Parts: sequence; C-alpha cells; structure tokens
Amino acid sequence: MKLLSYFRGEAFQRGVHPPGCKHTAEAPIRRLPFAPRLTVPLSQHIGKPSRPIVRVGEEVLRGQPIAEADGWLSVPQHAPATGVVEAIELRPSARGSWAESIVIRVYEASTQEVLWGAPQDIDAFPPQDIVLAVQRTGMVGLGGAAFPSHAKLTVPQGAKVETLVVNGCECEPYLTCDHRLMVERAADLMAGIRYAMRATGAGRAIVGVEDNKPEAAETLRRVLPPQGDIFVEKVPTKYPQGSEKMLITALFGVEVPSGKLPLSLGMVVNNVGTLAALGKLLPVGQGLIERVVTITGPGVARPGNYLVPLGTPLSFVLDYAGAQTQARQVILGGPMMGQAVASLDVPVTKGVSGVLVFRGEDMAGREGRKTYPCIKCGECVESCPMGLNPSMLGMLAARREYDLMGSQYHLGDCFECGCCTYTCPSNIPLVQQFRVAKQILREKAAA
Amino acid sequence: MTVLTEIRSAPHIKSPRSVEQIMANVVYSLLPVCAFFIYQYGLSAAASILVVTAACLLAERAFVRTGTQAGSLSDYSATITGLLLALTLPPGFPLWMGAVAGVASIALGKALFGGIGFNVFNPALVGRAFVQAAFPAAIATYTPSFLPGRFSEFIPSTLAWPLMAPANTAAWLKAMHYDALASASPLARWKFEGFVTPAIDLVTSLAGHMAVGPSPLLVLVCGGYLALRRFMDWRIPVAVLGSAGLSALIIYSAFGTKYPDPFFMLFSGGLIFGAVYMATDMATSPVTPRGMWLYGALIGVLTVVIRFYSGLPEGVMYAILIGNAATPLIERITQPTPFGKGPSILARRQGSYTLHPDYISREEAAAKTPKKRFLKNKPKKP
Repeated sequence: MKLLSYFRGEAFQRGVHPPGCKHTAEAPIRRLPFAPRLTVPLSQHIGKPSRPIVRVGEEVLRGQPIAEADGWLSVPQHAPATGVVEAIELRPSARGSWAESIVIRVYEASTQEVLWGAPQDIDAFPPQDIVLAVQRTGMVGLGGAAFPSHAKLTVPQGAKVETLVVNGCECEPYLTCDHRLMVERAADLMAGIRYAMRATGAGRAIVGVEDNKPEAAETLRRVLPPQGDIFVEKVPTKYPQGSEKMLITALFGVEVPSGKLPLSLGMVVNNVGTLAALGKLLPVGQGLIERVVTITGPGVARPGNYLVPLGTPLSFVLDYAGAQTQARQVILGGPMMGQAVASLDVPVTKGVSGVLVFRGEDMAGREGRKTYPCIKCGECVESCPMGLNPSMLGMLAARREYDLMGSQYHLGDCFECGCCTYTCPSNIPLVQQFRVAKQILREKAAA
Repeated sequence: MTVLTEIRSAPHIKSPRSVEQIMANVVYSLLPVCAFFIYQYGLSAAASILVVTAACLLAERAFVRTGTQAGSLSDYSATITGLLLALTLPPGFPLWMGAVAGVASIALGKALFGGIGFNVFNPALVGRAFVQAAFPAAIATYTPSFLPGRFSEFIPSTLAWPLMAPANTAAWLKAMHYDALASASPLARWKFEGFVTPAIDLVTSLAGHMAVGPSPLLVLVCGGYLALRRFMDWRIPVAVLGSAGLSALIIYSAFGTKYPDPFFMLFSGGLIFGAVYMATDMATSPVTPRGMWLYGALIGVLTVVIRFYSGLPEGVMYAILIGNAATPLIERITQPTPFGKGPSILARRQGSYTLHPDYISREEAAAKTPKKRFLKNKPKKP
C-alpha cells in the first residue's frame, strides 16, 4: 500500500509491485539437450562484435574459441557444442535486424565433453591478469544488459573501489534463474565474488537479495566465508530493484549522481549469474558456452529453469518445454523490459535470462483495453523510480517536442523500466514514446 | 512447430487499474452520500439527483456522438459529474434548472476543452457556477432537512415549470410552522446573523432541521475508502483541510470573537465535500506530489478568505475553480527532483550499510548549489 510506504520509507522511492508469478522458483536447474544446429551471433554483447577465427567446414570442439575479441570492449565467443561450422552468415536476431553468426551443426554422436581450457591458479594472479582472464572467458553481464564483465571489473586510474555490490534482486516477474543459481551454486557464487573482489580491490562485498527469495538468502548465509567481508542483505521486494542504482539506494541510502557510474561512489555492481559463472569458469580456464534460462509463462507446458547451450534456437527451446500452439507472443527476458521476438529462429544468447510465452487469452486483458487521453491521475509520477514526470513527457512526446523533453524534463535519465506504462490507467504507451523520443534525440545528436 | 508470434513493446504486463475502474469506484463511494442526501430531503433530493445526472449523461452522449469530445459514457466520468453537481445544489432546486446545470457542466466544463482528461476546470463546479450566476435566488433557497412529509411530497420549488419562477418555499414552510431561520444554511446564519452552529451538530448533520448537505463524517469515510484504495490522492484533501483549519485558527486566535472557530469553518458548508471530491478531480489537479500540497493549501486559504472577507457566505466553489486555473502554473514550479539530481546524494531512506564518508563528502562538495531565483546576492565590490 502506497500510503503506508510513504511513511515507512521503502527500499527506494516510488517503483511498482507487479504480481511476482515466480512459478518456477522450486524447479531445479535442468540441462537442455543440444539442438541439431546452434547459431552463435558474433555480437552478443555491448561493444564491437567479435572476429571469427574459424572457417566454414572446420570442426570445432565444445568450449573451443571460435571468435576473438575485437578490441578492448569486446569478448571472444566459444563453441557451445562439438560439431562442424556450417556457415558464417547473417541470421535473425532478437532485435529484428539480421546479425552475422556462426552456425554449428552439432555431432549427434559426440560425448560433448568440454576438453578445451587449462586450469589456472587465479589466487596467484595480480588484478590486471584476473581481468584479462575474465575477458578470455567471454563473460558479459548475464542479468540482461550483456555489458562485457572484464570492462566492468576494470578500475580506471585514480579511482578506488571500496564495495562490490552483488545484484541478486531479480525484480522482473516470472524470472527465477538467479534464484536457482543462488540456491544451487552458492559455492561457485562465493568463489566468483572472491575473484571479483580481488580484481577490483574491493574490501567488502554485499549481496542484495529481494525478500521474496528467503531460501536464496539463507543458502548464501550458510556458505559465507569466515573472513566476514561478504554480507547478504535482504531488501524489500519492489520493481525495478534490479537496476544497479536502485539497489545501491536500497542498500546504502544514497543516490548515485545523475550521469555518473556507481564507480563514483566506490562501488561496482555485478549480477549473481555473472559471478557464479565466473566462479565456475575461471579456475578451469574455460569459456562461457551455456547459461541458465527460465522458460516460463502460461503458454509453456513444462516451465522450468534450464541450462541452455548458447545459440540454441528458440523453436527448439519451446518444443522441449512444450509450448502450446496457442502461443502468440515469445519474449526474451522478463515481462517488464523483455524483447518480443518476431522469429523463432532467434537463438538464446548470453544476455537472455528468460523465455516467456504468452497465449492469446493472456494478452486479451491488455488488448481489449481502450486508450484514453491522459487523465492526469499522477500514477506515473508516483511510480517513476527516476523521479521524472512521465505524464508531462508523454504529452510533450505526443506533440513531438523532443528537444524540450531532453532539455527540460530529464528524458536522458529514463532507463525504460516500464513502470509508467505498467501503471497508466489510461493505457498510454508512455515508455514506447520515450524510446522513440530518445532514438530521435540520439540521431539528432549524431547528425 | 509453427507459432505465429506478435511483436509488442515492453512492458508486456499491465496493472489492472483502468480509467473505468477508478471512475466506477468514485461512483460507488458516492452512493452512500447520495443515499444520505435522499434520507435528509426525501423525494425532491432523489428527483434532483436523477434529473441532473441524466442531463449530464445525455449531454455527454450527444457531444461524444457528434465527435466534439473524447471518451464515452462507459467511463463513468459524466456520472460522477452529475452526482457531484446534484449534491452541491439545494435539494429543492427546480428540476429544469438542474437539467440546465447538468448540460452546462458537460458543455462548458468538458466538451469545450475536448472531453475527459482535457478539461481545465472541474465540470461539476463549472455547472454550479453557471447556475449560480443564472439563478441566484433559486440556488440560495435551502429547506430544512428531515421534514416530516419529505418522502410523500416534493418541495414545491422542485416542480417548477421550465422558464417559470419556482413556487415560494417560504410560504410553504410557514404553513408547516417552520420559521425562515431553519431554512438558512449554517454559513448564511453566521454571515448575516452572527450565529455559530456547534461543530458537533454539523459533523453528523443529524441534529434536527438544518439546511445542510450530506454529513461531513460520511463524506470523510467514503473519501477514506477512495484514498486507501488509491483511487484518490490523499494529499489534496489533507492539504485543503489543513490549510483551511490553520488559517481559520490563526484568524480566530488573532481577532477572536468576530470570527467563528476553526471547527465550524471545517465542517460547515461544502468544505469537506469539496476537499474530498471536488478538489481531487484528477484532470484538474496537479500530478506532482509537491504540487498537490501547494494546490490544496491554496484552496484552503482561499476558501477561508472568501468566507471571511467577501459578500458570499460560501467560498469553496470559487476557491477550487481558482485552484484549477492555477494548476498548470503549480505543476511548472513543482516538477519532481530526478533521481541523483538533488542537492544531496543522501536519499530519504536510511541504508543498512554506510558508504565510506569520503565519498559522501566528496559528492556533496561537488554537488551544484541550487541557483537562487529570488533575492540574489549582489556581487561584492572589491
């Protein structure tokens, strides 16, 4: 109840409480079989696409690097299965545009053991070498942003990192992959936290877990190392707590200044999925070839948390999970910020945390809704975690006053969490208008 | 497997709140108030509510049909306008004048601006202001509540023919052995006779034959339901009542007996009803939280000023209309502070972990000091 929270002072100001729908929270992580063909896009991260280092017709082993990092803000790609490179060509991607990808035909008879990689003693590495080792794993932020992890763990000259914040909020409804990771792979996570602390020079680490996952918090507390420099903190459940700035506010009671990184407050934020994967991959020197994906939604017969080889096409994933034929919308990520895909040939990539399937009748409630003019109820102002005025921004967007939106009403601070659109009783597609406005402003700035 | 997928933009889920739901809940919360009004004044009140609401709905339908305004009857907003308007009119208000008020409120208050969400002034109050100017005698004619025969006969003025002067209620009351005093509203009695009705009688509206509207207590309870379910913003009524009570208290304690006590100010007339149902009209009140406080405070102070220092006994209506007019201006100066752009990086919440103090002080020092708009310091001469 908003009235009470006003006095109580919740985790961060404003935000929304969508129904959790975490139906798969109890489903253990299971392995998905290999699809006959895997499509590995060369750009699964923010930054420059990787450069392929294999030729068409070449046999690749599972875990073998097939593309190398092109520059600093780029990561290598590894073969997700043993097979033969069938093509290097344009393939559909989640964004809609086609992207250069390596297609691997999987050998059915292969044992699919990971034979690549050499064990390394990370504890003996100096921080710069840990960062390089992280880049060699091809790790990106597995929470969804897909920002190269080694770049995030690099501390620039003159800056000092005091705290590593580990983001275990998973505030998006339906998604449970981070929850299962914290429960099942707590030891890997602790190892990953240790490596990240060493790489950044952080003196302490704080794991923020939303209080709708008490099991995860308990499990983590049991495996805390005796040094006492890693803490687990429950934060009140609220969307969008998984945004790093909101989590910092919930934990520390400070706001990261607008336009600055958490680094300016001596913090680095990493997702639990990323650190758990690092904890597993770094000591054995292997690359990122699979990730945990929550496959859920009313349109799936066997929802659950699956360990999916990267590059598995969605059609194969949905077949395995038993997607019903009435499925009408397939979303990569959570329902609040996820991307609806146009084609089921789109592969699961490093940044995909969930596959959500809605049927026609699940969307009927939204489709049948009429769009009214803004009645100025102020719900969006009360829900915007960035403290903007979406009502005013929406009216300006309708009049195409994009410059005014950017200069006077802080459009640049919007991170498109969708809270305003979620609460709008008039059913106005506010966040979509803001995306368009931001894109137009970007194009104007570039021109 | 072939699945035809559709592309939509995020978010893919939607909160169940809708315009219809909000408006319907306001209507539900008004029903007990209407029932109490009918219980007070009988047949005439029921006829007035029905006719005024029907006039609003018909006018809305006509304007939507001709494409003049957005919205539809199913959004309940015209129903709210009709009910609110009927509850602010005297129970014995001639029905044809009530119909004029209803049509005027939709036509001048809503359709003129483009329909739901676009109106600048509260439509119900526009309608009331229209008939107050058009029929000043009829709108000042109140009758006492709880008359014995109220469920069997109409107040005579109710059934006036269109364009004809209504029947004289004073003579009708005299025949029933009520003096003219009983049919004066408590505010009019204070203004013109200096008689202050005890606040405790006003709160329930149940103490004998008084010319008062629905019980303020009932209105507060119904408004409380709306505020708890968040169909109404609680800040506005709190600000209106707080500022009205405070300014009345200041004037009362400074000048004493010449002015009534603050409780009388709060519970007399339409202040509670206006604060809870009229001032909170979403389209005509600010969206920014700080703006809501300012808007409510403005209305409260204006109400007291109009009541004390003008020729009119009641000031809520004009205070709210002035507040409506000031809303765009208020919104302009009360835009919310974006995250991380305030003068201090310390959020309102206390964190469980403390940041290294170096970081806070460094950021605080780097934070821009807000530009002074007024009373700028003149540059010192060397």
